[in-house]
Amino acid sequence: MFNTFVVHVENKPGVLTRVASLFRRRGFNIDSLTVGRTEKPDVSRMTIVVDTDSFGAKRIEANLYKLVNVLRVENISGMPTIMRDLAMVKVACTPESRPHILALASVFRGRVVDVAPDSITVEITGTEDKIDGLLEVVRPYGVLEMVRTGVVAMKRGMQNAQNAAPPDYHLAEETGVSYSV
Amino acid sequence: MTGAEIIWKSLEHEGVTTVFGYPGGAILPTYDALKSSSIHHVLVRHEQGATHMADGYARASGKVGVAIATSGPGATNMVTGIATAMMDSSPIVCITGQVGSKLIGSDAFQETDITGVTLPVTKHNYLVTHPSEIARTIREAFYIAKSGRPGPVLIDVTKDAQQGLCEFEWDAARPQLPGYRPDLSPSLDEFEDALELIHNAKRPLILAGHGIMISGAMREVLELAERGNIPVAVTLLGIGSLPASHPLNLGMMGMHGEAWVNHAIQEADLLIALGMRFDDRVTGNLASYAQNAKKIHVEIDPAEINKIVKVDVALVGDLACVLRDLLPRVEYRAREDWFSLIHEYKGDAAVRDIQNLPDNGHLYAAHVINDIWRETQGRAVVVTDVGQHQMWEAQYYKHEGPRSLITSGGLGTMGFALPAAIGAKMAKPGAEVWVVVGDGGFQMTMPELATMVQEKLDVKIAIINNGFLGMVRQWQEFFYDKNYQSTPLLSPDFCKIADAYGVLSEAVSRREDVVSAVGTARHHLGPVLLDFHVEQEDSVYPMVPAGADLRGMILRPSPIVETAQDA
Repeated sequence: MFNTFVVHVENKPGVLTRVASLFRRRGFNIDSLTVGRTEKPDVSRMTIVVDTDSFGAKRIEANLYKLVNVLRVENISGMPTIMRDLAMVKVACTPESRPHILALASVFRGRVVDVAPDSITVEITGTEDKIDGLLEVVRPYGVLEMVRTGVVAMKRGMQNAQNAAPPDYHLAEETGVSYSV
Repeated sequence: MTGAEIIWKSLEHEGVTTVFGYPGGAILPTYDALKSSSIHHVLVRHEQGATHMADGYARASGKVGVAIATSGPGATNMVTGIATAMMDSSPIVCITGQVGSKLIGSDAFQETDITGVTLPVTKHNYLVTHPSEIARTIREAFYIAKSGRPGPVLIDVTKDAQQGLCEFEWDAARPQLPGYRPDLSPSLDEFEDALELIHNAKRPLILAGHGIMISGAMREVLELAERGNIPVAVTLLGIGSLPASHPLNLGMMGMHGEAWVNHAIQEADLLIALGMRFDDRVTGNLASYAQNAKKIHVEIDPAEINKIVKVDVALVGDLACVLRDLLPRVEYRAREDWFSLIHEYKGDAAVRDIQNLPDNGHLYAAHVINDIWRETQGRAVVVTDVGQHQMWEAQYYKHEGPRSLITSGGLGTMGFALPAAIGAKMAKPGAEVWVVVGDGGFQMTMPELATMVQEKLDVKIAIINNGFLGMVRQWQEFFYDKNYQSTPLLSPDFCKIADAYGVLSEAVSRREDVVSAVGTARHHLGPVLLDFHVEQEDSVYPMVPAGADLRGMILRPSPIVETAQDA
């Protein structure tokens, strides 16, 4: 089962290594990890997707909290969330196939960002499923190159409690955050 | 002030009086500044020794131990000691020199990425490149090392940070750790659940671990056991958390725990795990571990909950605080059936104990340790190494108080005993400190004898010399068809070694000479080395083979005398 963690960390050198090292050391395989700036200059935000069961997810959360530079961990799996992945796909084309590929890109609301005599590059943003769908239909034409950013995720609406103080341990059950400290 | 001076000033502000270290190029500015400090520096003979000393110091006193080394090999030599402290939650701070900040990443002379190397074996670590960061970093390091679940923290300080100038403002150098919150407390509901389990249990058992000592919860644990009339089994590192002589203390559990303790675990209907982490040496086969028992886990580290054993109630928080809240509501139960069942498990185990068997002229390690226990009235601080002697010590030295057994449990680090004992003696100068060590482990860190002598430390060393890497030999005997591959061990004449260091010594090979040798050692002011030549192919019983069901113990042969002669 895929678990998606949103991890707020101090924006300091080496923090990514600490997080990545933790997953390696405890024997969890990272499916996808993205990291970037947030609205606060001293805080970075990671979205980490891991294939594990619920006990494994709890262990990951608790161990992430043991890292001194980790500010907050949320396992947002099963919550109402917006999840987005971005891909650029370079598809081989001939003058005959070009309109077909353009049509497919348009159906998937992809943007054509580069056109060359023998290829088209489509940029697509969406859920992983949507991107997988586009890849599926353009594959027969020949995918020359593909790059994906990995998932970034955010809870919907007003649920984001990033500005609020983290919950106490005994609030764990209500908030769904098992080991918030 | 220079960064180097700030290092010492900060350590003084943290209450440090003693550090263990070894100088070198990248840490030289710091050593140069030592002249202006009141801190006593113990010159070790190998940086691994410095970390074990800091560890022994911490375990004996509960205070943070400090080790210092230079960059590169000095720092990498510390890794074993740091990993040892990490596994046993021992609070130490290691300060290493690093090449100049402009040289970092250039493969400079004696450059090692020690923060990278130690990342998985430290609670946290720092690379400091500017003198203005030193004071705050040291404050944070001490706070992290000793709070919550303690552990080692490493601070790597570049040479230019040590040399640079900066104002020293201790008060302004407050820790800034927004993500670090070590103080947790369980919810009221969880207390209710725990109490219900305790009151409904017919066959409860307390599993007492190292966390009791770390939290200082000895009195609370005693009260819980007495109030609820609940027997207690201890882990190796939990020895001393409840007096060995207390009637509710059943003894040590696990691989070399007493058979009745392991049977009690398997039959219990409730395990109350206090500051312990269900190590594989304790549980044996997990699939069959304590299947009849509900489990309550009181533990400060949330990551330990459900890590190995799934528990019914987790009380996450400081043990002493949690128990203080729980205790007033714990009710007494007679539990007669339970105690008589445990008595049944004990059976004839005591009769088969080597201490109760007739003297066959052979000297067994158990005799030696039992005599040391008797002669020291169980009041010594005993520091053991790793292997057979460590288990015999745990079985035959009856510890009455906390922090009186210092041993490497989680990592099982051979070579730990001698340097850790030096640290323990520095922390508790008034205590009688004994090293119990094998002939293999002793040779791993033997050079620290010089440190001990240079510091004029009155430490007594008992080498359990059986000419083998004994525990490995035992495994080879049991599980590898007696193929004693690379375990017979040639040792120097340890008495001559002692003599060379100016340490009084005596070799003992007869049972009747043990008491007098121990007596002589005790009455000599200064270090003494006793070389006990014991039965070579003796084994530690009982033994749960690794990964086996706790009931599948290999018991003491009956009578052991014949087995010894066969061998």
